[in-house]
Amino acid sequence: MTKNVDAIVVGGGIHGCSTALHLCLAGLKPVLIEKDYAGRHASGVNAGGVRQLARHIPEIPLSIRSMGIWEKISDLLDDDCSFESYGQVLVAENDEELAVCRARVAELNALGFTHEELIDAAELRRLVPAVAESCPGGVVSRRDGAANPAQTTTAFRRKAGQLGAIVREGVAATNIRHSDGLWHIDVGTETFAAPVLVNAAGAWAGKIAAALGEPVPVETVAPMLMITSRVPHFIDPVVILRGRKLSFKQFSNGTVLIGGGHLATPYQDRNETVLDWKSLATSACTVFELFPVMRSATIVRAWAGIEAKMKDDIPVFGPSSRHKGLYHQFGFSLHGFQLGPGAGAVMAELIVNGGTQTRIGDLGIDRFHPTTL
Amino acid sequence: MTMAPKREAYDVVVIGAGPAGLAAAATSAEAGLSTLLLDENIGPGGQVFRAISSTPVTERNQLGADYWAGAELVQALRASSAEVIHRATVWSLDRNLDIAVSIGGASAFVKAKRVILATGALERPFPIPGWTLPGVMTAGAAQTMLKSSALVPDGRTVIAGQGPLLWLLAAQILRLGGRIDRILDTTERGNYFAALPHAFAFLTSPYFAKGLAMMREVKTKVQVVSGVTDLSASGDGQLASVSYVAGGKRETIPADLLLLHQGVVPNVNLAMAADVEHRWDDLQLCWSPVLDASGNSTVPGIAIAGDGAGIGGATAAVVRGRIAARAAVEALAPATAAKLAPMATLRSDLAKAERGRVFLDTLFRPAPQFRIPSGDTIVCRCEEVTAKDVLDSVAIGATGPNQLKAYRRTGMGPCQGRLCGLTVTELMAQARGKTPQEIGYYRLRAPVKPITLAELAAVPKTEADVKAVVRG
Repeated sequence: MTKNVDAIVVGGGIHGCSTALHLCLAGLKPVLIEKDYAGRHASGVNAGGVRQLARHIPEIPLSIRSMGIWEKISDLLDDDCSFESYGQVLVAENDEELAVCRARVAELNALGFTHEELIDAAELRRLVPAVAESCPGGVVSRRDGAANPAQTTTAFRRKAGQLGAIVREGVAATNIRHSDGLWHIDVGTETFAAPVLVNAAGAWAGKIAAALGEPVPVETVAPMLMITSRVPHFIDPVVILRGRKLSFKQFSNGTVLIGGGHLATPYQDRNETVLDWKSLATSACTVFELFPVMRSATIVRAWAGIEAKMKDDIPVFGPSSRHKGLYHQFGFSLHGFQLGPGAGAVMAELIVNGGTQTRIGDLGIDRFHPTTL
Repeated sequence: MTMAPKREAYDVVVIGAGPAGLAAAATSAEAGLSTLLLDENIGPGGQVFRAISSTPVTERNQLGADYWAGAELVQALRASSAEVIHRATVWSLDRNLDIAVSIGGASAFVKAKRVILATGALERPFPIPGWTLPGVMTAGAAQTMLKSSALVPDGRTVIAGQGPLLWLLAAQILRLGGRIDRILDTTERGNYFAALPHAFAFLTSPYFAKGLAMMREVKTKVQVVSGVTDLSASGDGQLASVSYVAGGKRETIPADLLLLHQGVVPNVNLAMAADVEHRWDDLQLCWSPVLDASGNSTVPGIAIAGDGAGIGGATAAVVRGRIAARAAVEALAPATAAKLAPMATLRSDLAKAERGRVFLDTLFRPAPQFRIPSGDTIVCRCEEVTAKDVLDSVAIGATGPNQLKAYRRTGMGPCQGRLCGLTVTELMAQARGKTPQEIGYYRLRAPVKPITLAELAAVPKTEADVKAVVRG
């Protein structure tokens, strides 16, 4: 028997969970379908960076919208998500890199964005005392920070469930079809139907879009992270580098997360990844040079989460260009975690109101497929 | 001098030099395959034959004839062409059969055509109130000190738990002049009846006479309390007393050392990190790898031998090692397999070695109250998570060990679940009314043992780096 709901959300990452939650807040009854469990892949195992810093310009408005939600995340979810806001700092390792930083901040200012701020060597040292002496400055985004990704995604899923979303974990959504103005989808022995379908299936979303006639240039990637044993507290903000691939964050328990986008080999069909230790060694080398205090720390675990990366590194976000009632929310290209809360809110506005005040026009799938609607 | 592997690639890499690994490496090398044996300890033997080439305990009867059987295996290995590296910690293995190993503070990578995992067993967690106090340790740790340094307890010592190793350790401590004040046997009375149908196989197994003699030897010298149904350790920052209930009566005795043991379970970390499929074993109450009759796992090229394949004891481990190695030879150099003992002979040796195992597993199946703690008892030592914390997380939506990480960080510390994994699975299974198989286990990742950032930073990163190192 078919169950009628207001919306079907495919994918239990932070995006699907956030959209389901915001649809509930708008008074709709969605079903959220996740083939594994919420936060099993990239959303639960990413670096947890809550970052407006160094974003592509088309997604900055969505990022700023999201930041406002992050700052009141406890009110929304009854869970602090271990969110903390000590800023994020982009470090220039030499004068050429600092010049690029200067130009970037000037460009943002000209567009009216003020969240990125150029800093000199003295301010850099004040914010990140442990950084190597040779670094001449960088950029800070002071409201940025970090959260626990698994805790956050789980909290969105839990709250969505509490507010009435039907949550199906451990069963894949199959046989997506459209008839009589409704989207139908099978979930194990159940069938759901709704006027709205949200494709938030992460690394699996490209296949869904293609099956519905909207193929996009997307690949599956698995960025690697590693974490150290506890070391004495020495750094508050999240640090990223201008020139080399590195992100760096110390948690309140003393452990240090090292990331930066080096990739593992994903085996998507098996939910597995094989780590590339030689690339991780490159990250270790960078940390070794930049933070001497870290040299004797031990690496206790490394991992990678499977996610979708667009060729142009910009997500696919907004209504379908072919089908009424279909919305895409995927392809966040290694920087989707911070956007999750805001994207869910905006997606709910698109679905419920047919539009949003947040500027997202450059993110649509119509950049690949001129709209036929 | 640091001994790095001589080659970048081998036909067979064996990991672990206990009974299974020693036998596997010798067999593989004997058939002419290029063979590397990597072992974490300072010498061969694993746990059961620990310090077989170096122990200061030279009077043979003190450690027993079974221990000295290890010397023959070591001789066979040394006579073979296998390359052997000790103090070599394998910290990564993946489905491409790429192996990362730390030797003397430097990491190297080697590639294998076949990998035989012989990483043995770990002691089952024994999460009773006070088990994290200084002065409480595992029987295995005590046995390590005894074998490698002839150290035995001299303070007030209590041994609690069950299983063959418990009696063996007690006998060894006593023979070396150590002190044991009391043995608290936690074997459930009902287990004797449950095990009865399997007794005939056991009576005809090599364990029977030896085991009985050992228990008798210990019982003449130490007060043994059987039927212990409740156990706790207490003290202010240091063990001061052990409290227990037997026959419905509680007793508290002063103690300086409490040795805990309730059997061993497969050491699954490396295999799981390589994505080898495991299943819950309802009899042995642990995760065991899914293997075919030759020890091949679900990851092509990775075989598992010894107690890591499911607890079978040292004699079975030796045979399993030979079987896995023979299977590797059949796959890589079928013509030379004829030199080795036929598979049919090995399989019948294995059946003989495994006889009586069901009886032991049934008899020494640990009681639920010693596997599944409650209240403030610590479950995860790394992150100091209690049983109540776990249950509270289940109540608000944690469905399995991996989801629990989001709530409590269990299993995310340096031990990667070795000390809490089984407890968490069983605790969550009980709380959610599911089977351990349904609840699952932590997803484990490399490094399976921690390595320093400096060591990782020093790893050659590119082909050019590798060449530079070779040239330099």
